Amino acid sequence: MACIEARGLRKAYGSKVALDRVDLRVEEGRILGLIGPNGAGKTTALHAVLGLTSYQGELRVLGRDPWNERDLLMRDVCFIADVALLPRWLRVSQALDYVEGVHPRFERAKAESFLARTSIPRNARVRELSKGMVAQLHLALVMAIDARLLVLDEPTLGLDLLYRKQFYDSLLNDYYDLTRTIVVTTHQVEEIEHVLTDVMFINRGRIVLDSSMEALDEKYTEVMVHPDQLAAARALKPLYERQVMGRGVLLFHGVDRQQLAALGEARTPGIADLFVALMSDGMGDAARGASR
Amino acid sequence: MTANTPRATRPFYWSVRREVWENRSVYIALLCAGGLGLLAFGFSLRLLAETMRGEHEPIDLVMPYAHISMLLVFTVFVVGIFYSLEALHSERRERSILFWKSLPVSDTTTVLAKASIPLVLMPAVALVIGVAAEWLMFVLSLVVALGGGVGVAALWREIPLVQLQMVLLYELVVVALWHAPIYGWLLLVSGWARRATFLWAFLPPLAVGIFEFITFRTHHVFRLLGDRLFGFAPQAFSPWTPSGPPVDPHMILLPELTPGRFLASPGLWVGLVIAAVLIALAIRMRRYRDPV
Repeated sequence: MACIEARGLRKAYGSKVALDRVDLRVEEGRILGLIGPNGAGKTTALHAVLGLTSYQGELRVLGRDPWNERDLLMRDVCFIADVALLPRWLRVSQALDYVEGVHPRFERAKAESFLARTSIPRNARVRELSKGMVAQLHLALVMAIDARLLVLDEPTLGLDLLYRKQFYDSLLNDYYDLTRTIVVTTHQVEEIEHVLTDVMFINRGRIVLDSSMEALDEKYTEVMVHPDQLAAARALKPLYERQVMGRGVLLFHGVDRQQLAALGEARTPGIADLFVALMSDGMGDAARGASR
Repeated sequence: MTANTPRATRPFYWSVRREVWENRSVYIALLCAGGLGLLAFGFSLRLLAETMRGEHEPIDLVMPYAHISMLLVFTVFVVGIFYSLEALHSERRERSILFWKSLPVSDTTTVLAKASIPLVLMPAVALVIGVAAEWLMFVLSLVVALGGGVGVAALWREIPLVQLQMVLLYELVVVALWHAPIYGWLLLVSGWARRATFLWAFLPPLAVGIFEFITFRTHHVFRLLGDRLFGFAPQAFSPWTPSGPPVDPHMILLPELTPGRFLASPGLWVGLVIAAVLIALAIRMRRYRDPV
């Protein structure tokens, strides 16, 4: 069964269209990175999946309708957004009590043992904790819940490098077990791309790219071209061209890698580079559309 | 993955606990009111023995008990108003609503828990504090009486303690039921308004009343508002017969209560229906409104 399945998902705020008839399908056990510029519709899409916002079109999450069954769905779904979400007046012990009291799949011992590895005082209020500690606390609560889908919306925003690394390490080592599904959005793409199994680019409410990481590897190639091969390389119609230390780096779609290797050093592009290439292409389209 | 057997949960109970954690004023204010009443009584103790020995009306001894009851009822009302205005607003303002909504607790449970604070929890706390304070006052009076050579039996005759406390219970229930639509309205506004909940709650009714007065030289709206604030009294207590002049409010005792008339008054039931509608709308509001 698909974990998330959407057909014609649409959401507009007044005249601004945040999601424009999106079709998507996320299988169980995948780790999906949802990447897009600010205002692309990432958060709207996640909020629709979580039953936090109404929408038009069809959407099933774990077989449920999130807008009408949010409270039931949340027994199997966890959500972490940027660190400002935990109420500032809440005490650490109260957070544990509350989640234990309302969540049928919360295992308090797990959360306690995770917290024991941090320096978070048990009777502190959230407002007294550093940003990194708040993220740790939220992660401790979520990791103790036996959920099937975990949604992360910029979970490490504003955290320093150490906390960010620790956050994803804990998630992968202690939480992810091949049956759970994780959907994550972040601007720090480089930090998560090695853990993703799937990637989706979203721009202006539309899915621009939807691919597994293996497929990405087959389809896209980036070549740092020898200067004397530049003309030959350009003849193969690269998607995008950029300069790195005086040398041209060209990104190709659907061109045989053996062939490209003859032109320079060929490799699979990073998600960030691919993102820039595809998005600036989209911008170009928009600009052309506007001038027409 | 071992599927944990879901534990039983108590979402309503923990939702109420959460409200008390966040809004400690709902019991601290009542404790202060009780403390204030006791303090005032303590200062008047030195006069008590004289009063008891000399010529006095029964009311002279009963007054302090009636005062502390009135103080508690009034405190429930004032704190209840400010609580309700914040109840659905603060979680949207600090965006913690996204955290609360990520847990398997329905909007209905949450809003009903919030409505129960001024309607059930605060009156119950006020009753406990009132009963405790009045027993303490009575014991202090006994000590003074014994020291001043007044008989204990006389004191027990003159101060109908248990009756006074039954009246306090009755007053708290009557006022909560009569004011239910006020709290419903405030909850709705706090779930709807982006800011300035206080102004949105009080200016529109006031404006309608002023408009009516200027246009038609009548004041039906103002009479209606006044009736919703104080209209319980002529229905629930016989010293205020609906037509006759008010009698001394200090001396309400059991025989003066008219629960039958109160329960038969259309104002009560119309108010309760309106309260139910407003709370239902507030539940809808919590589902639809985004964080501020």
